[in-house]
Amino acid sequence: MSEKLLYTKEHEWVLVKGNIVRVGISDYAQNELGDIVFVDLPSVGDVVEEGEGFAVLESVKAVSDVYAPVSGKIVAVNEALDDSPELVNESPLEQGWIAEIEIDGPAQTGDLMNEQEYAEYLKGV
Amino acid sequence: MKTTPLTARHRALGAKMVDYAGFEMPVQYSGLVDEHLTVRSKVGIFDLTHMGEFELTGPGALDTINMVASNDASTLQVGEIQYTCLTNERGGIIDDILVYRTEQGFLLVVNAANTAKDYAWIEQHLKPATQLVDRSPELTLIAIQGPKSAALVEEVLDLSVADLKNYTFMEPSYKGVNVLLSRTGYTGEDGFELYFPNSFAEELWDAFLNQGEKYGVKPIGLGARDTLRLEARMPLYGNDIDEDTTPLEAGLGRFVKLQKDFIGREVLLKQKEEGVQRKLVAFTMVDKGIPRQGYPILTLDGQQIGAVTSGTHSPSLDHPIGMGYVPVDSAKPETEIQVQIRKKLARAKIIKGRFLT
Repeated sequence: MSEKLLYTKEHEWVLVKGNIVRVGISDYAQNELGDIVFVDLPSVGDVVEEGEGFAVLESVKAVSDVYAPVSGKIVAVNEALDDSPELVNESPLEQGWIAEIEIDGPAQTGDLMNEQEYAEYLKGV
Repeated sequence: MKTTPLTARHRALGAKMVDYAGFEMPVQYSGLVDEHLTVRSKVGIFDLTHMGEFELTGPGALDTINMVASNDASTLQVGEIQYTCLTNERGGIIDDILVYRTEQGFLLVVNAANTAKDYAWIEQHLKPATQLVDRSPELTLIAIQGPKSAALVEEVLDLSVADLKNYTFMEPSYKGVNVLLSRTGYTGEDGFELYFPNSFAEELWDAFLNQGEKYGVKPIGLGARDTLRLEARMPLYGNDIDEDTTPLEAGLGRFVKLQKDFIGREVLLKQKEEGVQRKLVAFTMVDKGIPRQGYPILTLDGQQIGAVTSGTHSPSLDHPIGMGYVPVDSAKPETEIQVQIRKKLARAKIIKGRFLT
Protein backbone atom coordinates (compact mmCIF):
# COMPACT_ATOMS: atom_id res chain seq x y z
CA MET A 1 0.00 0.00 0.00
CA SER A 2 1.42 3.38 -0.94
CA GLU A 3 1.39 6.42 1.35
CA LYS A 4 -1.69 8.54 0.89
CA LEU A 5 -3.26 11.40 2.79
CA LEU A 6 -6.94 10.89 3.57
CA TYR A 7 -9.45 12.93 5.56
CA THR A 8 -12.31 12.19 7.95
CA LYS A 9 -15.55 14.12 8.24
CA GLU A 10 -14.35 15.24 11.67
CA HIS A 11 -11.39 16.97 9.97
CA GLU A 12 -8.63 14.60 10.98
CA TRP A 13 -6.13 13.58 8.36
CA VAL A 14 -4.75 10.08 8.07
CA LEU A 15 -1.51 8.97 6.49
CA VAL A 16 -1.46 5.22 5.90
CA LYS A 17 1.97 3.56 5.91
CA GLY A 18 1.40 -0.19 5.81
CA ASN A 19 -0.38 -1.08 9.04
CA ILE A 20 0.67 2.17 10.75
CA VAL A 21 -1.68 5.13 10.49
CA ARG A 22 -0.40 8.61 11.35
CA VAL A 23 -3.13 11.04 12.46
CA GLY A 24 -3.35 14.80 12.66
CA ILE A 25 -5.92 17.53 12.08
CA SER A 26 -6.54 19.37 8.84
CA ASP A 27 -5.54 22.93 8.06
CA TYR A 28 -9.22 23.82 8.09
CA ALA A 29 -9.59 22.37 11.59
CA GLN A 30 -6.57 24.15 13.07
CA ASN A 31 -7.85 27.41 11.62
CA GLU A 32 -11.29 26.87 13.13
CA LEU A 33 -9.85 26.02 16.55
CA GLY A 34 -7.52 29.01 16.68
CA ASP A 35 -4.32 29.11 18.71
CA ILE A 36 -3.73 25.67 20.19
CA VAL A 37 -2.23 26.09 23.66
CA PHE A 38 -2.36 22.55 25.01
CA VAL A 39 -2.38 19.06 23.54
CA ASP A 40 -3.46 16.17 25.73
CA LEU A 41 -1.71 13.25 24.05
CA PRO A 42 -2.57 9.58 24.53
CA SER A 43 0.01 7.17 25.92
CA VAL A 44 1.94 4.75 23.78
CA GLY A 45 0.29 1.36 24.24
CA ASP A 46 -3.24 2.75 24.64
CA VAL A 47 -5.82 0.80 22.67
CA VAL A 48 -8.28 3.00 20.81
CA GLU A 49 -11.57 2.31 19.07
CA GLU A 50 -12.55 3.93 15.80
CA GLY A 51 -14.61 7.03 16.57
CA GLU A 52 -13.28 7.34 20.11
CA GLY A 53 -11.69 10.60 21.30
CA PHE A 54 -8.04 9.68 21.78
CA ALA A 55 -6.39 13.09 22.08
CA VAL A 56 -7.57 16.55 23.11
CA LEU A 57 -6.64 19.88 21.57
CA GLU A 58 -7.27 22.99 23.58
CA SER A 59 -7.34 26.56 22.39
CA VAL A 60 -7.64 29.37 24.92
CA LYS A 61 -11.40 29.19 24.56
CA ALA A 62 -12.32 25.63 23.66
CA VAL A 63 -11.62 21.96 24.24
CA SER A 64 -11.83 19.68 21.18
CA ASP A 65 -11.51 15.94 20.88
CA VAL A 66 -9.49 14.27 18.16
CA TYR A 67 -11.28 11.10 17.10
CA ALA A 68 -9.52 7.87 16.16
CA PRO A 69 -10.10 7.26 12.46
CA VAL A 70 -9.25 3.58 12.90
CA SER A 71 -9.16 1.04 15.72
CA GLY A 72 -5.77 -0.09 16.96
CA LYS A 73 -2.92 0.53 19.35
CA ILE A 74 -1.07 3.83 19.84
CA VAL A 75 2.54 3.16 18.87
CA ALA A 76 3.90 6.71 18.77
CA VAL A 77 2.88 10.18 19.92
CA ASN A 78 4.30 13.53 18.84
CA GLU A 79 5.99 14.55 22.08
CA ALA A 80 7.09 17.82 20.52
CA LEU A 81 3.51 19.02 21.03
CA ASP A 82 3.98 18.91 24.82
CA ASP A 83 6.21 21.95 24.66
CA SER A 84 5.15 23.34 21.31
CA PRO A 85 1.39 22.87 20.86
CA GLU A 86 1.48 25.70 18.32
CA LEU A 87 2.98 23.24 15.80
CA VAL A 88 -0.59 22.05 15.20
CA ASN A 89 -1.39 25.53 13.88
CA GLU A 90 1.88 26.18 12.13
CA SER A 91 2.33 22.83 10.44
CA PRO A 92 -0.87 20.83 10.78
CA LEU A 93 -0.02 18.25 8.12
CA GLU A 94 3.61 17.64 9.05
CA GLN A 95 5.24 18.75 12.31
CA GLY A 96 1.83 18.99 13.96
CA TRP A 97 1.00 15.29 13.64
CA ILE A 98 -0.55 13.87 16.80
CA ALA A 99 -0.12 10.10 17.04
CA GLU A 100 0.44 6.87 15.13
CA ILE A 101 -1.95 3.99 15.45
CA GLU A 102 -1.05 0.40 14.56
CA ILE A 103 -3.97 -1.46 13.10
CA ASP A 104 -4.57 -5.19 13.19
CA GLY A 105 -5.56 -5.93 9.64
CA PRO A 106 -5.39 -3.81 6.51
CA ALA A 107 -6.60 -0.24 6.92
CA GLN A 108 -10.31 0.18 6.24
CA THR A 109 -10.14 3.57 4.59
CA GLY A 110 -13.07 3.21 2.23
CA ASP A 111 -15.17 5.93 3.84
CA LEU A 112 -12.29 8.41 4.12
CA MET A 113 -11.94 11.24 1.63
CA ASN A 114 -8.98 12.07 -0.58
CA GLU A 115 -7.73 15.65 -0.86
CA GLN A 116 -10.11 16.53 -3.67
CA GLU A 117 -13.15 14.98 -1.99
CA TYR A 118 -12.30 16.74 1.26
CA ALA A 119 -12.04 20.09 -0.51
CA GLU A 120 -15.54 19.46 -1.91
CA TYR A 121 -16.76 18.42 1.54
CA LEU A 122 -15.47 21.69 3.07
CA LYS A 123 -17.59 23.70 0.68
CA GLY A 124 -20.66 22.24 2.33
CA VAL A 125 -19.46 22.75 5.92
CA MET B 1 -31.52 36.45 17.43
CA LYS B 2 -31.07 40.13 18.27
CA THR B 3 -28.41 42.18 16.54
CA THR B 4 -26.71 45.43 17.52
CA PRO B 5 -26.29 48.54 15.36
CA LEU B 6 -22.73 47.28 14.78
CA THR B 7 -23.48 43.73 13.64
CA ALA B 8 -22.84 44.59 9.97
CA ARG B 9 -19.48 46.11 10.94
CA HIS B 10 -18.47 42.93 12.78
CA ARG B 11 -19.36 40.77 9.81
CA ALA B 12 -17.46 43.07 7.45
CA LEU B 13 -14.42 42.80 9.74
CA GLY B 14 -14.58 39.03 9.39
CA ALA B 15 -15.59 38.34 12.99
CA LYS B 16 -16.70 34.92 14.08
CA MET B 17 -20.21 35.51 15.39
CA VAL B 18 -21.92 33.59 18.19
CA ASP B 19 -25.18 33.66 20.08
CA TYR B 20 -24.56 35.34 23.42
CA ALA B 21 -27.52 36.07 25.69
CA GLY B 22 -29.79 36.12 22.66
CA PHE B 23 -27.59 38.53 20.71
CA GLU B 24 -25.50 37.77 17.67
CA MET B 25 -22.12 38.96 18.95
CA PRO B 26 -18.48 38.82 17.75
CA VAL B 27 -16.48 36.25 19.70
CA GLN B 28 -13.24 36.95 17.86
CA TYR B 29 -11.81 38.89 14.93
CA SER B 30 -8.04 38.54 14.38
CA GLY B 31 -7.70 35.79 16.98
CA LEU B 32 -8.28 35.61 20.71
CA VAL B 33 -4.63 35.75 21.82
CA ASP B 34 -3.76 38.59 19.45
CA GLU B 35 -6.80 40.58 20.60
CA HIS B 36 -6.04 39.92 24.25
CA LEU B 37 -2.43 41.08 23.96
CA THR B 38 -3.53 44.14 21.97
CA VAL B 39 -5.65 45.31 24.91
CA ARG B 40 -2.79 44.68 27.34
CA SER B 41 -0.21 46.56 25.28
CA LYS B 42 -2.14 49.03 23.08
CA VAL B 43 -5.88 49.58 22.82
CA GLY B 44 -8.93 47.61 21.77
CA ILE B 45 -12.57 48.46 21.13
CA PHE B 46 -15.50 46.27 22.10
CA ASP B 47 -19.17 46.32 21.11
CA LEU B 48 -21.02 45.74 24.39
CA THR B 49 -24.44 46.83 23.20
CA HIS B 50 -25.91 43.58 24.50
CA MET B 51 -25.54 44.91 28.05
CA GLY B 52 -28.71 46.34 29.59
CA GLU B 53 -29.20 49.92 30.78
CA PHE B 54 -32.06 51.03 33.05
CA GLU B 55 -32.91 54.52 34.21
CA LEU B 56 -34.20 54.77 37.75
CA THR B 57 -35.66 58.17 38.60
CA GLY B 58 -38.08 59.91 40.92
CA PRO B 59 -38.10 60.69 44.65
CA GLY B 60 -37.97 56.98 45.57
CA ALA B 61 -35.04 56.10 43.30
CA LEU B 62 -32.35 56.08 46.00
CA ASP B 63 -34.46 54.03 48.41
CA THR B 64 -35.24 51.58 45.64
CA ILE B 65 -31.66 50.95 44.57
CA ASN B 66 -30.53 50.77 48.19
CA MET B 67 -33.19 48.14 48.93
CA VAL B 68 -32.36 45.87 45.98
CA ALA B 69 -28.57 46.24 45.99
CA SER B 70 -25.84 45.45 48.53
CA ASN B 71 -23.68 48.57 48.19
CA ASP B 72 -24.73 51.98 49.54
CA ALA B 73 -25.77 54.28 46.71
CA SER B 74 -26.42 57.18 49.13
CA THR B 75 -22.68 57.86 49.19
CA LEU B 76 -22.59 58.52 45.44
CA GLN B 77 -22.21 62.06 44.12
CA VAL B 78 -23.47 62.94 40.65
CA GLY B 79 -20.84 61.68 38.22
CA GLU B 80 -19.75 58.76 40.40
CA ILE B 81 -20.23 55.06 39.78
CA GLN B 82 -20.30 52.06 42.05
CA TYR B 83 -20.16 48.33 41.58
CA THR B 84 -22.89 46.53 43.48
CA CYS B 85 -24.82 43.24 43.66
CA LEU B 86 -28.56 42.75 43.35
CA THR B 87 -29.22 40.15 46.05
CA ASN B 88 -32.11 37.80 46.73
CA GLU B 89 -33.59 36.89 50.15
CA ARG B 90 -30.94 34.20 50.56
CA GLY B 91 -28.14 36.67 49.99
CA GLY B 92 -27.47 35.09 46.58
CA ILE B 93 -26.46 37.27 43.66
CA ILE B 94 -29.21 38.05 41.14
CA ASP B 95 -26.74 40.11 39.14
CA ASP B 96 -23.63 42.23 39.55
CA ILE B 97 -24.19 45.68 38.12
CA LEU B 98 -22.84 49.21 37.87
CA VAL B 99 -24.80 52.12 39.31
CA TYR B 100 -24.19 55.56 37.78
CA ARG B 101 -25.42 58.56 39.80
CA THR B 102 -26.89 61.02 37.30
CA GLU B 103 -28.57 64.40 37.73
CA GLN B 104 -31.96 62.74 37.26
CA GLY B 105 -31.36 59.64 39.40
CA PHE B 106 -29.49 56.50 38.54
CA LEU B 107 -28.41 54.59 35.47
CA LEU B 108 -28.05 50.86 36.11
CA VAL B 109 -25.89 48.79 33.78
CA VAL B 110 -26.71 45.10 33.95
CA ASN B 111 -25.49 41.86 32.39
CA ALA B 112 -27.09 41.04 29.04
CA ALA B 113 -28.36 37.62 30.09
CA ASN B 114 -30.01 39.15 33.17
CA THR B 115 -31.70 42.18 31.64
CA ALA B 116 -35.27 40.84 31.77
CA LYS B 117 -34.80 39.19 35.17
CA ASP B 118 -33.27 42.31 36.74
CA TYR B 119 -35.93 44.58 35.30
CA ALA B 120 -38.72 42.41 36.73
CA TRP B 121 -37.00 42.20 40.12
CA ILE B 122 -36.39 45.92 40.47
CA GLU B 123 -39.87 46.74 39.19
CA GLN B 124 -41.32 44.44 41.82
CA HIS B 125 -39.47 46.38 44.52
CA LEU B 126 -40.04 49.92 43.25
CA LYS B 127 -40.74 52.46 45.99
CA PRO B 128 -43.62 54.87 45.46
CA ALA B 129 -43.00 57.71 43.01
CA THR B 130 -40.19 55.90 41.22
CA GLN B 131 -39.81 55.24 37.51
CA LEU B 132 -37.83 52.41 35.97
CA VAL B 133 -37.20 52.66 32.23
CA ASP B 134 -35.29 50.17 30.10
CA ARG B 135 -33.04 52.22 27.79
CA SER B 136 -31.23 49.19 26.38
CA PRO B 137 -32.93 49.16 22.96
CA GLU B 138 -31.91 52.73 22.14
CA LEU B 139 -28.34 52.78 23.51
CA THR B 140 -25.13 51.54 21.95
CA LEU B 141 -22.22 50.73 24.27
CA ILE B 142 -18.62 50.67 23.10
CA ALA B 143 -15.71 49.96 25.45
CA ILE B 144 -12.26 51.37 24.70
CA GLN B 145 -9.67 49.54 26.80
CA GLY B 146 -5.91 49.46 27.08
CA PRO B 147 -2.93 51.70 27.88
CA LYS B 148 -3.59 53.86 24.80
CA SER B 149 -7.32 54.18 25.45
CA ALA B 150 -7.13 57.63 27.07
CA ALA B 151 -5.24 59.14 24.13
CA LEU B 152 -7.68 57.62 21.65
CA VAL B 153 -10.79 58.72 23.53
CA GLU B 154 -9.47 62.25 23.87
CA GLU B 155 -8.82 62.41 20.16
CA VAL B 156 -12.10 60.96 18.93
CA LEU B 157 -14.33 62.89 21.33
CA ASP B 158 -12.16 66.03 21.37
CA LEU B 159 -11.97 66.36 25.15
CA SER B 160 -9.61 65.77 28.07
CA VAL B 161 -9.96 62.81 30.40
CA ALA B 162 -7.20 64.03 32.73
CA ASP B 163 -9.73 64.72 35.49
CA LEU B 164 -11.91 61.69 34.82
CA LYS B 165 -11.08 59.35 37.69
CA ASN B 166 -11.74 55.61 37.76
CA TYR B 167 -15.41 54.87 38.39
CA THR B 168 -16.57 58.33 37.44
CA PHE B 169 -18.25 59.57 34.28
CA MET B 170 -18.84 62.70 32.25
CA GLU B 171 -21.54 63.61 29.75
CA PRO B 172 -19.81 65.29 26.84
CA SER B 173 -21.67 66.44 23.78
CA TYR B 174 -21.12 64.64 20.50
CA LYS B 175 -22.63 66.42 17.48
CA GLY B 176 -25.01 68.22 19.78
CA VAL B 177 -26.17 65.09 21.60
CA ASN B 178 -25.18 64.19 25.15
CA VAL B 179 -23.29 60.92 25.43
CA LEU B 180 -22.02 59.22 28.58
CA LEU B 181 -18.32 58.45 29.00
CA SER B 182 -17.14 56.52 32.06
CA ARG B 183 -13.70 55.40 33.16
CA THR B 184 -14.67 51.81 33.74
CA GLY B 185 -14.06 48.42 32.21
CA TYR B 186 -13.76 44.70 32.59
CA THR B 187 -10.19 44.08 31.48
CA GLY B 188 -7.90 45.20 34.30
CA GLU B 189 -6.50 47.94 32.05
CA ASP B 190 -7.15 51.65 32.00
CA GLY B 191 -10.26 52.05 29.92
CA PHE B 192 -13.54 53.71 29.08
CA GLU B 193 -17.12 52.83 28.32
CA LEU B 194 -19.15 55.06 26.03
CA TYR B 195 -22.97 55.02 25.91
CA PHE B 196 -24.73 56.88 23.11
CA PRO B 197 -27.81 56.76 20.84
CA ASN B 198 -27.82 53.94 18.27
CA SER B 199 -27.80 56.43 15.39
CA PHE B 200 -24.11 57.23 16.05
CA ALA B 201 -23.01 53.62 16.36
CA GLU B 202 -21.29 53.07 13.03
CA GLU B 203 -19.68 56.50 12.77
CA LEU B 204 -18.23 56.34 16.29
CA TRP B 205 -17.06 52.73 15.84
CA ASP B 206 -15.38 53.73 12.58
CA ALA B 207 -13.85 56.81 14.19
CA PHE B 208 -12.25 54.75 16.97
CA LEU B 209 -10.91 52.24 14.47
CA ASN B 210 -9.63 54.83 12.00
CA GLN B 211 -8.16 57.33 14.45
CA GLY B 212 -6.80 54.48 16.56
CA GLU B 213 -4.80 53.01 13.73
CA LYS B 214 -1.64 54.82 14.82
CA TYR B 215 -2.05 53.34 18.32
CA GLY B 216 -2.52 49.84 16.93
CA VAL B 217 -6.20 49.63 17.84
CA LYS B 218 -8.08 46.41 17.08
CA PRO B 219 -11.68 45.29 17.52
CA ILE B 220 -11.95 42.81 20.40
CA GLY B 221 -14.42 39.95 20.70
CA LEU B 222 -16.12 38.33 23.67
CA GLY B 223 -13.48 35.59 23.77
CA ALA B 224 -10.70 37.99 24.74
CA ARG B 225 -13.09 39.91 26.99
CA ASP B 226 -13.41 36.72 29.02
CA THR B 227 -9.68 36.01 29.28
CA LEU B 228 -8.93 39.66 30.08
CA ARG B 229 -11.41 39.77 32.94
CA LEU B 230 -10.26 36.42 34.28
CA GLU B 231 -6.62 37.51 34.39
CA ALA B 232 -7.83 40.59 36.29
CA ARG B 233 -9.69 38.21 38.63
CA MET B 234 -13.05 39.80 37.94
CA PRO B 235 -16.01 37.44 38.41
CA LEU B 236 -18.29 36.57 35.50
CA TYR B 237 -21.98 36.28 36.27
CA GLY B 238 -23.24 32.78 35.54
CA ASN B 239 -19.75 31.29 35.99
CA ASP B 240 -18.24 32.58 39.21
CA ILE B 241 -21.28 34.13 40.82
CA ASP B 242 -24.98 33.30 40.66
CA GLU B 243 -28.14 33.16 42.75
CA ASP B 244 -26.65 30.42 44.96
CA THR B 245 -23.43 32.24 45.78
CA THR B 246 -23.21 35.29 48.02
CA PRO B 247 -21.05 38.39 47.59
CA LEU B 248 -19.19 37.44 50.77
CA GLU B 249 -18.31 33.99 49.43
CA ALA B 250 -17.26 35.57 46.13
CA GLY B 251 -14.85 37.98 47.83
CA LEU B 252 -17.06 40.97 47.07
CA GLY B 253 -17.50 41.96 50.73
CA ARG B 254 -16.35 45.51 50.16
CA PHE B 255 -19.45 46.03 48.00
CA VAL B 256 -21.77 44.88 50.81
CA LYS B 257 -22.84 47.56 53.30
CA LEU B 258 -24.51 45.75 56.19
CA GLN B 259 -25.26 48.94 58.17
CA LYS B 260 -28.13 49.73 55.76
CA ASP B 261 -31.21 47.62 55.02
CA PHE B 262 -31.48 45.64 51.79
CA ILE B 263 -32.90 42.35 50.54
CA GLY B 264 -30.77 39.49 51.83
CA ARG B 265 -29.08 41.59 54.51
CA GLU B 266 -30.00 39.30 57.44
CA VAL B 267 -28.51 36.25 55.74
CA LEU B 268 -25.36 38.13 54.82
CA LEU B 269 -25.03 39.62 58.30
CA LYS B 270 -25.23 36.12 59.79
CA GLN B 271 -22.75 34.83 57.22
CA LYS B 272 -20.37 37.66 58.05
CA GLU B 273 -20.62 37.03 61.81
CA GLU B 274 -20.24 33.27 61.52
CA GLY B 275 -17.73 33.42 58.71
CA VAL B 276 -18.27 32.00 55.23
CA GLN B 277 -18.02 28.25 54.66
CA ARG B 278 -16.51 28.53 51.20
CA LYS B 279 -14.64 31.09 49.19
CA LEU B 280 -14.05 31.88 45.56
CA VAL B 281 -10.31 31.43 45.04
CA ALA B 282 -7.95 32.00 42.16
CA PHE B 283 -5.34 29.42 41.28
CA THR B 284 -2.60 28.73 38.77
CA MET B 285 -1.78 25.27 37.53
CA VAL B 286 1.37 23.54 38.77
CA ASP B 287 0.97 20.48 36.55
CA LYS B 288 0.06 20.56 32.87
CA GLY B 289 -3.56 21.00 31.78
CA ILE B 290 -6.13 23.74 31.44
CA PRO B 291 -8.88 24.01 34.07
CA ARG B 292 -12.37 24.55 32.65
CA GLN B 293 -15.74 25.41 34.15
CA GLY B 294 -17.24 22.42 35.97
CA TYR B 295 -14.04 20.42 36.46
CA PRO B 296 -13.88 19.01 40.02
CA ILE B 297 -11.47 20.51 42.56
CA LEU B 298 -9.93 18.06 45.03
CA THR B 299 -7.58 18.15 47.97
CA LEU B 300 -4.12 16.64 47.53
CA ASP B 301 -5.42 13.45 49.20
CA GLY B 302 -8.19 13.16 46.63
CA GLN B 303 -11.27 14.47 48.41
CA GLN B 304 -13.59 16.49 46.19
CA ILE B 305 -14.11 19.94 47.69
CA GLY B 306 -15.44 22.10 44.89
CA ALA B 307 -15.51 22.86 41.22
CA VAL B 308 -13.86 25.21 38.75
CA THR B 309 -16.07 28.18 37.88
CA SER B 310 -13.78 29.78 35.28
CA GLY B 311 -10.59 28.56 33.68
CA THR B 312 -8.45 29.28 30.68
CA HIS B 313 -4.95 29.43 29.34
CA SER B 314 -3.87 32.95 30.27
CA PRO B 315 -2.57 34.65 27.12
CA SER B 316 -0.51 37.19 29.10
CA LEU B 317 1.14 34.63 31.36
CA ASP B 318 1.11 31.82 28.76
CA HIS B 319 0.01 29.62 31.65
CA PRO B 320 -3.27 27.97 32.71
CA ILE B 321 -5.27 29.75 35.42
CA GLY B 322 -8.65 29.35 37.04
CA MET B 323 -11.12 30.24 39.76
CA GLY B 324 -13.46 28.13 41.85
CA TYR B 325 -15.12 27.71 45.21
CA VAL B 326 -13.37 25.73 47.96
CA PRO B 327 -14.00 25.39 51.73
CA VAL B 328 -12.30 28.12 53.78
CA ASP B 329 -9.76 25.70 55.25
CA SER B 330 -8.47 25.04 51.72
CA ALA B 331 -8.71 28.64 50.57
CA LYS B 332 -5.49 30.10 51.93
CA PRO B 333 -2.96 31.42 49.40
CA GLU B 334 -0.21 28.92 48.56
CA THR B 335 -2.50 25.96 49.36
CA GLU B 336 -2.08 23.18 46.82
CA ILE B 337 -5.22 21.63 45.37
CA GLN B 338 -5.92 19.30 42.46
CA VAL B 339 -8.11 19.79 39.44
CA GLN B 340 -9.55 16.77 37.67
CA ILE B 341 -8.88 17.32 33.98
CA ARG B 342 -10.60 14.50 32.12
CA LYS B 343 -9.12 11.33 33.67
CA LYS B 344 -6.07 12.98 35.21
CA LEU B 345 -5.52 14.89 38.42
CA ALA B 346 -3.37 17.98 38.02
CA ARG B 347 -1.97 20.03 40.88
CA ALA B 348 -2.74 23.73 41.21
CA LYS B 349 -1.80 26.41 43.72
CA ILE B 350 -4.08 29.04 45.20
CA ILE B 351 -2.79 32.55 44.72
CA LYS B 352 -3.32 35.83 46.48
CA GLY B 353 -4.58 38.82 44.50
CA ARG B 354 -4.62 39.15 40.76
CA PHE B 355 -2.95 36.83 38.29
CA LEU B 356 -1.10 39.73 36.72
CA THR B 357 1.23 41.75 38.89
